[in-house]
Order: sequence, then C-alpha cells, then structure tokens
Amino acid sequence: MNLIKYFKVYSKFLHTSLASELEYKTNILIDLITAILSLIGSIFLLSIFFQNTGSIGGWDFEQALIIQGIYTILNGITNTWFNPNLTEIVKHVREGTLDFVLLKPIDSQFFISLKKIAPSGFLEIILGFCLLLYCIKLNQINLNLSFLTLCFITIVCSICILYSLWFFISTTTIWFVKTWNATEVLRSFLYIGRFPLNSFSFPLKIFFSIFIPIAFITTIPSEVFLGLSQSWKILLEVIVAFVFLFSSRKFWFFALRFYSSASS
Amino acid sequence: MISNFINHKIFTLLKVQYSNMLEYRVEIALWAISGIIPFFMLNIWTNNNLNESINISDVMLSRYFLCAFFVRQFSVVWVVFSFEEDSLMGKISPYLIQPLNPFFRYFAQHLAEQITRFPFALIIAFFFFIFNPESIWIPNIGILSLSIISTFLSFLIQFLIQSIVACLCFWTEKASSIERLLFIPTLFLSGLLAPVVSFPNYVKSWIYLTPFPYLIDFPANLLSGNSTNVSGGLSMQILWILLLFPVFKKIWSEGTKKYTAMGS
Repeated sequence: MNLIKYFKVYSKFLHTSLASELEYKTNILIDLITAILSLIGSIFLLSIFFQNTGSIGGWDFEQALIIQGIYTILNGITNTWFNPNLTEIVKHVREGTLDFVLLKPIDSQFFISLKKIAPSGFLEIILGFCLLLYCIKLNQINLNLSFLTLCFITIVCSICILYSLWFFISTTTIWFVKTWNATEVLRSFLYIGRFPLNSFSFPLKIFFSIFIPIAFITTIPSEVFLGLSQSWKILLEVIVAFVFLFSSRKFWFFALRFYSSASS
Repeated sequence: MISNFINHKIFTLLKVQYSNMLEYRVEIALWAISGIIPFFMLNIWTNNNLNESINISDVMLSRYFLCAFFVRQFSVVWVVFSFEEDSLMGKISPYLIQPLNPFFRYFAQHLAEQITRFPFALIIAFFFFIFNPESIWIPNIGILSLSIISTFLSFLIQFLIQSIVACLCFWTEKASSIERLLFIPTLFLSGLLAPVVSFPNYVKSWIYLTPFPYLIDFPANLLSGNSTNVSGGLSMQILWILLLFPVFKKIWSEGTKKYTAMGS
C-alpha cells in the first residue's frame, strides 16, 4: 500500500521535472554533445597512458575500457538523479524551504533525493552501456545468467555507495549552510574512478578503499565483468553498500535534529 | 586625472570583493582542494613508469603537475555562472545603469578570489613537498615573473572566452551548458591531466594552433623548468587575447541592445 503511494508520487515527480527540463531544449542538445565529447576525451586520455605500455596496474587497454564504461554509466546516474537533487539541499537549508519538505506527509529523504531529474544524463547511461557491450565483445566474455546477476548486484551496490557518499556530503550543509562546492570536491575525487585502483601507489590505494571507497564503485564491478573478482570482494561490496545506505539514512535523521529553520 | 579615477575605481572594487571573498574562506578552501586532480594523475604517471617513454624524469614530471595545479588555481574562471544567475534573476539591470561595465565587477571578483585562494594553494603545495621532498626547487626571479605573467594571460584568455559565452545569456538565458561543453576540451587538451608533449602526433600537429595548450601546459612548463618555447608561447597567448577581445566587445554591444529587463 505504502509502496504504491510512493510509486505514484514518483511518477508525478518525473512528470513535473521532465516537463520543466524539456523547456530548455537546446540545453539538452548541448548536454548530449558534452556527454559524447567527455567520453571521447577520457578514452583519448586512456590511449595516451597506453601508447607506450601494455598494461597499467595489471589492466590491458581493453579491460580498462570496461572501467570507463562503468564510470560513464555511474556518472550518468549521478548527473540524472544525484546532482540535481542533492545540490538542492543546500538551497533548501539556506532559504529555509526545508521546513516545507519536512512538513509533507512523505519520507523526507525520498522527497529530497528523487524530486528532480535531469534527462541529459540518460545519454551518458546509454553511452556507457554501449561501451560495455562493445567491451564484452572485445574481451570475449561469455554471457550467462549467474554472470549477469553478479554484474547487476555489484552495479546496484556501486550506485548505493555513490548515492550515500553524495547524500553524506550534502547533509553536512545542515551545519555548514554554504558548502555547495563540497560536492565538487567529491566529484574531483570520484574522477579517479575512471582508472583501475591498482594503477595508484599504495597509500592512495588505501585512501580510496577506506575513506572514499571508489575502489568499490568502479573497480570491483569491472573485475566482475572480467570474471577476475573473488567472491569475498563481491560480498564485501554488498556489505559496504548496506553499511553506507544505512548510515547515510541515520546521519540524515541525526542532522535533522540540528536543523533550526530559517527564522528561528 | 582619468587614469587616477580608474585606478581608484578598480582599487575600490578589489577591496570590496576581497572582503566579500574572505567571508567565504571555507568555500574557497574547498575549491582549492577540488583542484587536486593533477596530483592523482601524477601518481598514475610515475607509479606505472609511463613518463620514461616521453623522456621526463619523475622529479620533472612532479614539478610539472605541481605547476599545473598552481596555474589552474590561478586561472579558474566562473564568470558565466555568476552572469547567468544575475541575468536570470534580473540583477543585471541595475548594473547596466551604472557607468561601469559589469564585467569589471566580475573581473575584480576573480582577482580577489585568487588572492584569497593563494594561502590555501600554498598549504597544498607544502603538503605536496612533504610527500615529494626531492621535487623541491626554486625557480629564478626571471622565470617566476614570466610564468606569473603567462598564468595571468591564460586567465585572461579563459575570462574572455567565458565572457563571450556569458553574453550568450542575452539570447539563450542558460549559457552555462555551453560553458560545460567548452570545458571538456579545456580539461583534456590543456595539459591538466597529461602534459601536451605526451600527446600522440596526430593531435600535436594541430593542438598548438588552438588556445588550449597555452592555458595550463605552457605556463606550467615555464614555471617547472621543462623545455618550452617561451617567446612563441607568450606571443600566442597575446595573439589569442587580441583575437578574442574584439569578439567580446562586439557581442557585448549586440547583447545589451537585445537585452530586455525583467518585466518589460
């Protein structure tokens, strides 16, 4: 019953935000070109790295392309859902409109995380999938059901971790008010998700597996694609995803206790 | 008399914007942190010995990326985002009435931000030297002043390009997507992620005719002491400024004629 209500509300969200976004049609067209150029740019960068060497951190060019594909999909998801919604929290806090969100008879995290949608990110997701399909052909990966479920699970876990990271950072605005560029810091860290974790030196590897688990976000799903991943890594990713999701929700309610609306 | 007047104006603008910027120290510190991508790239380059093939030693490459970080810090431009917000909110109208081109205001804003940013950039450089003590060097005064000039010229080029894009707000209202599109070639071709010498020949053959390598690669090479064509680079920077300035003037005068204030 409750779930049906949330589905209905979400379809309304989709309708309104798509309608308002499609008003800027040329904008969407430009964003599409940007997405294509950005993918070309990252493949170009990768080809510079590989022009005189066979492998980086134990990954061939064809294998590194998989990471690129997964990164593109996740980046598309970020641009479609996380970025337009979670940067909005800052605005809500600053202008005191968070009150209106909290008063609504609906889960505040749901409302704040899914209200808007930026359709231009869809192309990035599609581009990422095309690249992945191409890589599957290039690396001669056999598709079967268990492989596909494993891929699906790890990618869903990556999305959860990514979402929680964004949500964590955006929630801190309740204390600091004007930190909309904190998400820019996160973005620049996430940038290294385009490269295999093994290509970094040991201290950075530790940093990117524990503090900002970018390793879990792109490298483990790519290993699953190549059939290289041990099952404990997949299990670990699932656990990390659950911990992150759970703690981000707890953190949100914790932060709300410190929220004093604009006039008080 | 007139020059005195202009000096006075610029000085006042700078002072106002500087105190404005000082209020948002944390924000600017976060911006400074979000520019550390060159260090991650350096890590990939040296950790995989990719620099051997382009004949740059580890030390020289680490200096290059540190300088790239610095040049980027002092040539970041966001005028299009401020201008878009001001124009969508209708704040441009009062600026237009004043006997001062509004772009002076933005220009002063950028300069003030750079002054505020300077200590944070120094702190990041300090940490960089702690981790890489062998890459400490002191450029001589001549080189230092030349590279400051070329960094400023690079800032001017980007400021002019963005101002031209910003003026498109008079026609399209949302010009920031065009800026995001232009940012992609800037990111991949300017030398922020990989020095331009490492680019494949089919790119190197035409890239020096575009403004991109003069934005980061040229000033960073100059400052870090890597080989570069000093007079050629500087003259190309000046040439681009001379080319872009009339375009900006033209589009500004056309745009202000086109401009209709909110509510009219």
